[in-house]
Amino acid sequence: MAMPFAESPPARERDRLLETWETAPGLYGWLATVDHKRIGIRYMCTAFFFLIAGGVEALAMRVQLAEANLHLISPDAYAQLFSMHAITMIFLYALPVLSGFSNFLWPLLLGSRDMAFPRVNALSYWVYLCAGVFFYAGVPLGRAPNAGWFSFVPLTSKPYNPGLNIDVFTLGIIFLGISTVVGSANFVVTLLRCRAPGMSVNRLPILVWGTLTASVANLFAVPAVSLACFMLWLDRHFSTNFFTVSGGGQTLLWQHLFWAFGHPWVYALVLPAMGIVSDALPVFCRRPLVGYTLVAISTVATMLIGFGVWVHHMFATGLPVVALSFFSAASFVIAIPSAIAVFAWIATIWTGRPRFDTPFLFFAGFVLLFVIGGVSGFMTASVALDWQLTQTYFIVAHIHYVLLGMNVFPVVGGIYYWFPKFTGRILDERLGKWTFWVMFVGFNLAFFPMHIVGLIGMPRRVYTYPAGMGFDGYNLASSIGAFIFAFGTLLLLINIVRSLQSGERAGPNPWDAPTLEWSTPSPPPPYNFLAIPIVASRHPLWEDRLKETDERSVLASGVFLDEGKKTLGVTALDAEADAVISMPGDSLLPVILALAISLVFAGMLVTNWWAVGLGAAVVLITLFLWTTPVVASGPEREEVRG
Amino acid sequence: MKRLCAAIGAALSLGGCEAAPLGYLGPAGPAARVLASLGWGLLIISAVVCLIVLALLIFAMARRRPPEDSTLGGGNDRAAIRWIIGGAGFSTLVLLGAAIWTLWAAQTVTNASTPAGLTIDVTGHQWWWEARYQSDDRSREFTTADELVIPVGVPVQVNLRSNDVIHTFWVPRLAGKTDTIPGVTNRTRIQADKPGIYRGQCSEYCGLEHAHMAFFVVAVARDRFNAWWDRQLQAATYEPSNQGQQVFLDKCAACHAVRGLSAGGILGPDLSHFGSRKTIGAGALENTPENLAYWIDHTQIVKPGAKMPSLDLPSDQVKSVVDYLERLK
Repeated sequence: MAMPFAESPPARERDRLLETWETAPGLYGWLATVDHKRIGIRYMCTAFFFLIAGGVEALAMRVQLAEANLHLISPDAYAQLFSMHAITMIFLYALPVLSGFSNFLWPLLLGSRDMAFPRVNALSYWVYLCAGVFFYAGVPLGRAPNAGWFSFVPLTSKPYNPGLNIDVFTLGIIFLGISTVVGSANFVVTLLRCRAPGMSVNRLPILVWGTLTASVANLFAVPAVSLACFMLWLDRHFSTNFFTVSGGGQTLLWQHLFWAFGHPWVYALVLPAMGIVSDALPVFCRRPLVGYTLVAISTVATMLIGFGVWVHHMFATGLPVVALSFFSAASFVIAIPSAIAVFAWIATIWTGRPRFDTPFLFFAGFVLLFVIGGVSGFMTASVALDWQLTQTYFIVAHIHYVLLGMNVFPVVGGIYYWFPKFTGRILDERLGKWTFWVMFVGFNLAFFPMHIVGLIGMPRRVYTYPAGMGFDGYNLASSIGAFIFAFGTLLLLINIVRSLQSGERAGPNPWDAPTLEWSTPSPPPPYNFLAIPIVASRHPLWEDRLKETDERSVLASGVFLDEGKKTLGVTALDAEADAVISMPGDSLLPVILALAISLVFAGMLVTNWWAVGLGAAVVLITLFLWTTPVVASGPEREEVRG
Repeated sequence: MKRLCAAIGAALSLGGCEAAPLGYLGPAGPAARVLASLGWGLLIISAVVCLIVLALLIFAMARRRPPEDSTLGGGNDRAAIRWIIGGAGFSTLVLLGAAIWTLWAAQTVTNASTPAGLTIDVTGHQWWWEARYQSDDRSREFTTADELVIPVGVPVQVNLRSNDVIHTFWVPRLAGKTDTIPGVTNRTRIQADKPGIYRGQCSEYCGLEHAHMAFFVVAVARDRFNAWWDRQLQAATYEPSNQGQQVFLDKCAACHAVRGLSAGGILGPDLSHFGSRKTIGAGALENTPENLAYWIDHTQIVKPGAKMPSLDLPSDQVKSVVDYLERLK
């Protein structure tokens, strides 16, 4: 096969690439696409849909809590509301939205034509969507999960919770875990194999570091919760005794397994978002990120230590103080890498020339919220103080500063930043600034008072509270703030809808940003890069001005690979090209496999073994077809010449 | 510093006992005091850190810069990295200090080298608290519910168990939280410096009525405590002509106990001296005859999901059983 190396992109190659990479039109193409950009957009849209659902649940709770002794919502409905709110935000919004960003951006950031396993990518989206529907299927029947997102046993065991609610939870978590695990594996392999030549590990954008770290963590963390949920399901349906004391089981085993997953997961929800800020904030400061290496290392360090702190969720369980002290100390240590990141961002702003566009406002606001969420985490890291703080609204404040401050703010900033790349149009700046200020004020009004009601002792997960406890005014403020925040989100949606129709058209690089994705047209063509670039530095588009190295990245010319659907494979660390990888085309297998898995889980939920068997059979057939090699026009791997 | 804390605390009602019955930053016992100083300490550190970062951010954005040139910024990265080293180094020192303070506080609070003056077995139920007072003399032991009376200034050991799901025993102004876990006996200590009523609250989500699972610790002087204990041991006598007692035996005794009667129900709280308690339904209502009558008729409205059914008794029976229970002082 020829490997043309041409100076200017010939039209013939362009047409041929478009023909090979473009998704088929119509419904078939919609179901069968494996284009990482379309999958990424789908991830983000679905995650935003769930964000709105979770937000509506939150507003319902804030109405109920606005005053003491209100009885607008029954305790049963309230339990389902707070459980679904958390499950939605944590499982169906926070990670998937980041997966959406990374799905869209990774191949563009790395200089590749697609993810390593495009069909797995599609599968991970379809499974996520089906699992989300699975969780919500119980809502209209009043059978949604009702024991919080961590569903402690024995409250979730059959005698105390006989309904389908907890089965929806256990099976839904296992179901969604499939999506997370295959998606994570895909990110890891993509990083190892599918980069542009020269995109060595010391040139990766921090978002890539964040997503990579989170993905590796997911591969280790998710099995713990899937296993725990499977054991609980067995306890509930087959009278095993993993968690039943009377049968020799252990109540606390659930908490260990859950938090061994749950705490690393929290970092998986923020590290990619921190990566968004580390990459995009410097663009608006007109300089590279200060301390790239330190920030990259601290990203990885956070995750490593993140696996050694789970017991700080269990300080009140009566474990020996010596053991608790170890986990308390580790929880203090984990603040150090975060401090490195914070000072790197501040130094970047300080030594740069900030340009106050909307994304910058969201990122700068994020830095402050990150620190507030960080110091409240520092307080709860203290085992002794946590004996008072745990299970109060202080924790609710903390988790919202973490998940909204450290996830939603960077994500919204990221949307403003990458919207031109996603759609070819720029979001309206004036409305954007309004959006930021409304969201920022609403957020702080909603969640800052929760610190105070927590410090005066308001417990979490109460559907009402008595008067005379000092809680009233703060709760009213929170409720008002929640509605203001919701209004800010509405402004964002209005801006998106309006700009999609009539926004200013964007060129390839509207922000004058340094990374590879901005070298492609907005939005990028299905094949991403006409020629696969050759990367010589961390900031390929700023090289002429930064003069960090004498070498220059090659962007306009490079490897075309226009015969068949192919991308370059590279070595893991130095990114030297060593293979040409054939990529699969459109395929219905992912959506069929996701539906078959749904059938298995639906069958398990209603204990209809026929449905389970049928679903499993379809799964096996699909997997067989999936792994059957397609006879390609050329050999699977080929040495790169030149 | 202390005065400043108190001023801020009062402004936010963090420390005041009247304004915040669950406010643990206004401690009333030795353990809570250690935790409250730690709390104030870490809170002040946290606030200062936030203010420093806010100031740095504002200054970083607003500071004057040399006139614009077309090249990208950056300059000396090495100087900028000093920021990170300095910031992270400073943070590390603060964290180290906080860790040492924390470990000292944890050690102090859990130190049980001085013997406890009283032991109470507390069992969490959905959604109320059972308390059994321990004594060397088995005949002096008794069971009560939702209200612990303790002597002032005496360390009280509480052995915590659960009858069903995980609850958390928490009297914020006296001590930190300890879970009650099925199959496990946890221990904690409470001690009150001054006579008073200290509110407690379950703080682990334990099902529908988690919100109404309060209890009270009533600290009294030693002699009053002894008198209270003696009175608790007095058993009720069977009075065939007492209509209220007959209604109780007929309608309530399957679940509730009153010592001295053939009422030995163990599903609900022991009501032997119910009339002396402050609240009905683990803090759901204040204990007045009107509220008790309302509770008996409308349990599922006051505390929806509670294990006690709304009884639908004729009004004369309600009145007589309310009279009877309220006289059990």
